[in-house]
Amino acid sequence: MVKTPTAATGVSASAQKEVRQDDAAGNMITVYIMGKAYEVPAEATIMGAIEYAGHQIIRGAGCREGYCGACATIYRLPGDYKIRTGLACMTMAEDGMTLAQIPSVPAEKAIYDIEKLKPDVTAIQQMYPTVFRCVACGTCTKSCPQGLQVMDYIQAAKRGDIAEVMDLSFDCVVCGLCMLRCPAEITQPLMGIMAKRLYGRYLRKDSPELAERVKAVEDGVYEAEYAEMMKMSREDLSKRYYARDSE
Amino acid sequence: MYPDYMNESLRKVEQTRPKRLILARKTEPVYPPMNAEERQKVLEGFHPDYEPSARRAVCVGPNKGEKLTTEVSDLLESHSWLTSAQVDLSKPDIETDVLIIGGGGAGCNAALIAMREHGVKSVIATKLRMGDANTMMSQGGMQAAVSRTDSPTRHYLDAIGGGHFENKPELVKALTEDGPAVVKWLEDLGVCWDKEEDGSMKVMHGGGTSRKRMMSCRDYTGAMIMRTLMDEVRNHPDMITVKEFMPAVELIMDDKGQCAGAVLYNMDSEEFFTVKAKSTIIATGGYGRLHIRGYDTTNHYGATGDGLVMAYRAGAKLMYMDSVQYHPTGVSFPEQIAGFLVTEAIRGAGGQPLNKDGELFVFPREPRDIEASAIIRECVENGGGVPTPSGREGVWLDSPLIDMLHGEGYTERHFPAMYRQFIRYGIDITKLPMLIYPSLHYQNGGIEINEKCETDIPGLYVAGEASGGLHGRNRLMGNSVLDYNVFGLRAGRYASEYAKKVKLGKLSVAHLDAYEKQLKDANVKTDLVTPILLPSYAPKDVKKRQLVRGGNTLPGASVLQNRLHDDAFSPAGAK
Repeated sequence: MVKTPTAATGVSASAQKEVRQDDAAGNMITVYIMGKAYEVPAEATIMGAIEYAGHQIIRGAGCREGYCGACATIYRLPGDYKIRTGLACMTMAEDGMTLAQIPSVPAEKAIYDIEKLKPDVTAIQQMYPTVFRCVACGTCTKSCPQGLQVMDYIQAAKRGDIAEVMDLSFDCVVCGLCMLRCPAEITQPLMGIMAKRLYGRYLRKDSPELAERVKAVEDGVYEAEYAEMMKMSREDLSKRYYARDSE
Repeated sequence: MYPDYMNESLRKVEQTRPKRLILARKTEPVYPPMNAEERQKVLEGFHPDYEPSARRAVCVGPNKGEKLTTEVSDLLESHSWLTSAQVDLSKPDIETDVLIIGGGGAGCNAALIAMREHGVKSVIATKLRMGDANTMMSQGGMQAAVSRTDSPTRHYLDAIGGGHFENKPELVKALTEDGPAVVKWLEDLGVCWDKEEDGSMKVMHGGGTSRKRMMSCRDYTGAMIMRTLMDEVRNHPDMITVKEFMPAVELIMDDKGQCAGAVLYNMDSEEFFTVKAKSTIIATGGYGRLHIRGYDTTNHYGATGDGLVMAYRAGAKLMYMDSVQYHPTGVSFPEQIAGFLVTEAIRGAGGQPLNKDGELFVFPREPRDIEASAIIRECVENGGGVPTPSGREGVWLDSPLIDMLHGEGYTERHFPAMYRQFIRYGIDITKLPMLIYPSLHYQNGGIEINEKCETDIPGLYVAGEASGGLHGRNRLMGNSVLDYNVFGLRAGRYASEYAKKVKLGKLSVAHLDAYEKQLKDANVKTDLVTPILLPSYAPKDVKKRQLVRGGNTLPGASVLQNRLHDDAFSPAGAK
């Protein structure tokens, strides 16, 4: 289930009042990009605001659609003590927002041979022992721009419940904001990737027909039909194509 | 939320929904699919490729005289960052067996197979981070013929028909016959495919498929594959060296006409590095960030066609570079996510495109070029579009049908990325339809390859979106995810075999000077320097200042954007 992300929605009521009308460019707001004030369009995302300010982003932009985690950003809003987190491509700029991008969070990926790991708690113990430092404060979950139950999957990892880790961390974009905020210095997204791989490798239910199909191709079962179609004229192939039945 | 003026149209969508739900539950198509003549008519009338200014003849290089997509001709008729006098090749900075340019799905597959099957070391040089690629963004799935009712040959027929019978047959054969093995390869690396209860693959329809063949990992299919491949690459630092923020800007040749590596550029220090490699694989992806015809794009920030121009200067021939794929369903509203991809799997699961009156006007699963053209026709000719506040247009994609067909909670479970994308703007896609319009999505053509990923330059291999021939002039959904896996693996395999036996001669980048001379002889006047590397989204006045400062030849900044598309970022840019 997807939890509605909290930090990302719209312009707050107080911010809307502050919006100024600029005849040439529509509504403008002020945002502080790494401390410096810029006037940007009120409807801009954080990434849009940074680019409107004239920056050529090298780190801090990737897919620009919320999949790659390159554009992790932390920010504060005026009169609010809270540090907030978001993906720059997905989060709206707000008036008075002060922000900095964190395009890379230092973290050490464990080097492992997946063929030598077991899909249980031993893999977590060997490769990501920091998981057991978790104090269940929930800061990771609060900081997740995807709205994932990060702390819950860390708890599952402690129990060796790889399937649960896979399920709860499935939509992780590895922006690194949770591991940046974690007081126990756990590297949640990296552990999540390993757990997903362990699930896919060992705990999946095997497809009964997949191995058969791979073998059929190797045995050349389809060669004759390939040869026939590859020899066909465009007209004959077209005829066969438009006459084919559909599931 | 949608603006109030759309309410009347939304009400009509709701009114027609019960009737359309009944249609969707039947086995017959909800709307008659087009025959060959109807397909041709809608393409010629409304596909952006058919507009007179969409293509022009390129006047230099291996495809000289051939009409290519206008922006591609512009890209190819450009200056290199370098001349041979500037490059010292006497002592290469890096030497390796295989150089892989691009750290997306194709590049990672190539590196892994080179190591596993051939014990060959490789260097992956990539522009941004490893995994910063369109691979990461594919949502809906990968085609492969694994279900009992399907076969690789049926997949072949679907793909070649979708490509209007212009695909290179040997490439389509390679794609479709390797498909099932790729599913297994990825699964053994740890990719978590969506499954049925009995463990068989969960398969869905895509546009142009006659069997359910689309396998998925929720709607994070590409992200799951990419992160698995990257993780495995990073498990072998002794065999695979990853150079991030180090794009290649030109190929290096030898005096026997063989490809012998590339010149890399460090994005941070702005230094150049030379790499000598026994074989080189271009896996740089496509060109969506050129914003062809001013369209928004679904593509990654780095999709600027770098591999095309490098290979072209070195003498590799391009194929089908007159053909652009517009994804039928890009977001039209909200403005902040305009152009973003709405996965075709939404239609595969029963979502229906509707006009402003809530009526169906096209079979929801036509091949992409046909579906996109039909949507443009509905807006442009039939007046069936819904205007957005910023001056775009769109048609509805009725997503609430999906939960009605498959049960409550299905959309959130299977399309969590899509759900998130819209709920941030107060639009719940399980209750309201999405407003969509075609968005620039894929480079159908590319550098011509054979089934071994070879080009006409010995030692130069190409895999994935950068290559041309496989998809003809129209790729089907799910065949690009399969493409970068199948041909990434093939490129790694054949480039390794070649690397083991090749003897390189004296290194040279004389081809850059020869190309520059061709430009001069053809009287090309341009300030464009390529590869572009990154587009610029700075406002026009800022860009102009940057250009002035750079004496109008600022490399790297998106000069192309400025020169061609001063209007590309106006809200109505998509028209």
